[in-house]
Amino acid sequence: MIANAHPQLLVHDKADNVGVVVVEGLSAGTDMLCVCTEDNSDFRLTAKADIPIGHKVALSDLKAGDTVIKYGEDIGKMVGNAEIGGHVHTHNMKTKRW
Amino acid sequence: MAFDFSQDTVKAWRRENGRVGVRNHVLILPVDDISNAACEAVANNVKGTMAIPHAYGRLQFGEDLELHFRTIIGTGANPNVAAVVVIGIEPEWTKIIVDGIAKTGKPVEGFWIEQNGDFETIRRASWKAKEYVQWASELQKEDCPITDLWVSTKCGESDTTTGLSSCPTVGNMYDKLLPHGLYGVFGETSEITGAEHICEKRAANPEAAAKFRKTWQAYQDDVIEQFKTSDLSDSQPTKGNILGGLSTIEEKALGNLEKIGRTSTYIDVLEPAEAPAKGPGLYFMDSSSAAAECVTLMAAGGYVIHTFPTGQGNVVGNPIVPVIKISGNPRTLRTMAEHIDVDVTGVLRRDMTIDQAGDALIEMIRRTANGRLTAAEALGHREFSMTKLYRSA
Repeated sequence: MIANAHPQLLVHDKADNVGVVVVEGLSAGTDMLCVCTEDNSDFRLTAKADIPIGHKVALSDLKAGDTVIKYGEDIGKMVGNAEIGGHVHTHNMKTKRW
Repeated sequence: MAFDFSQDTVKAWRRENGRVGVRNHVLILPVDDISNAACEAVANNVKGTMAIPHAYGRLQFGEDLELHFRTIIGTGANPNVAAVVVIGIEPEWTKIIVDGIAKTGKPVEGFWIEQNGDFETIRRASWKAKEYVQWASELQKEDCPITDLWVSTKCGESDTTTGLSSCPTVGNMYDKLLPHGLYGVFGETSEITGAEHICEKRAANPEAAAKFRKTWQAYQDDVIEQFKTSDLSDSQPTKGNILGGLSTIEEKALGNLEKIGRTSTYIDVLEPAEAPAKGPGLYFMDSSSAAAECVTLMAAGGYVIHTFPTGQGNVVGNPIVPVIKISGNPRTLRTMAEHIDVDVTGVLRRDMTIDQAGDALIEMIRRTANGRLTAAEALGHREFSMTKLYRSA
């Protein structure tokens, strides 16, 4: 079923350790409604930074060397740390390919 | 109960070879770059015709020349085209293009400039163009099954919203229509990098899987390894992709692959601009990820409608094929709505399901086939970009 409230964060797969901000102007401290599109389950998480629409948020504390999982698949590795609710992007992760 | 798409029809043109076209263009088609001026003069003389100027066609050789011929012939042969006037600098290559297009049974005639000059060529070609456009203007549309359409896809200016909304919308459309006889195609060889192992598994048979692996590997070995000056980090993901939140090529490729849905599998791998020959179903075409080049190749392969998911807002169009833009990014809908045909922002708000988004896209395909101009058509986007494999002689 479709939730009535609009989520701030969507997660593809239950196995993922990052989600995607789907609203503009998300600010640090926002108590986000997070929905997993795989089964429409939801949970809440507090954003630790101002994070632009489309950018990723750590769903657990991630450390350098950790594999980033999205779509249930390996999309690269952390090269820096991100706390739960923190911003994950090119400043702290990169592909394993090169 | 699920809607029976096999009974769904559109009003379109049934061509001489049985294929269905959704536009009725009369093209003035240059064989080579130096014939562009004559083609544009003819199109200016005869209203309702369209010249497609391009940058190449002289001193190409080998595989690159074959791709050039295949692209020009395929463009003229596309069912969205009623008739073609071909103009080249000399008669022999002009004849190759004319003969290739004539196999469809549609009216086509060639003219050449050497020993005639632009003036005489334009005069004679204009008479033929006028005859063709008046003939085409009386061709009647008829009821055709929606699944007789050939529908291509490629996404552009991707971000994380494309993988969540607009790409799975296209995938849902394919999952619904391909089982009823639709022809589909996806491609973007370099953008599959990062998910090539998953794409390989989506082949319908071991031959297609092996052909895909060979095609993908050849691009890595023959192009990237030969020409790279560093890794691809500066090009893939693109700067626009990164602004949109995509961090790695793996993440981009996984979102891209959402376009082939949950159940669809590809039955064969096509050369660039090659027409599918193994019957209805989904194909992979070896192609660039650059929007205009990829849409041009798929149009030359015979596809008549293109579905184009975009996140950050790609504005590409094509001269002969309507390009339907789908976006789920609310910022893009807010800042550049004039470019978007199907708004799937509801998917991100969770008040639209992917199933509903797929139905909305099918409805837009139906309306586009029936004659609705796409945003790209209304805004005059006619990007025609030839893929070139190597330097000319």
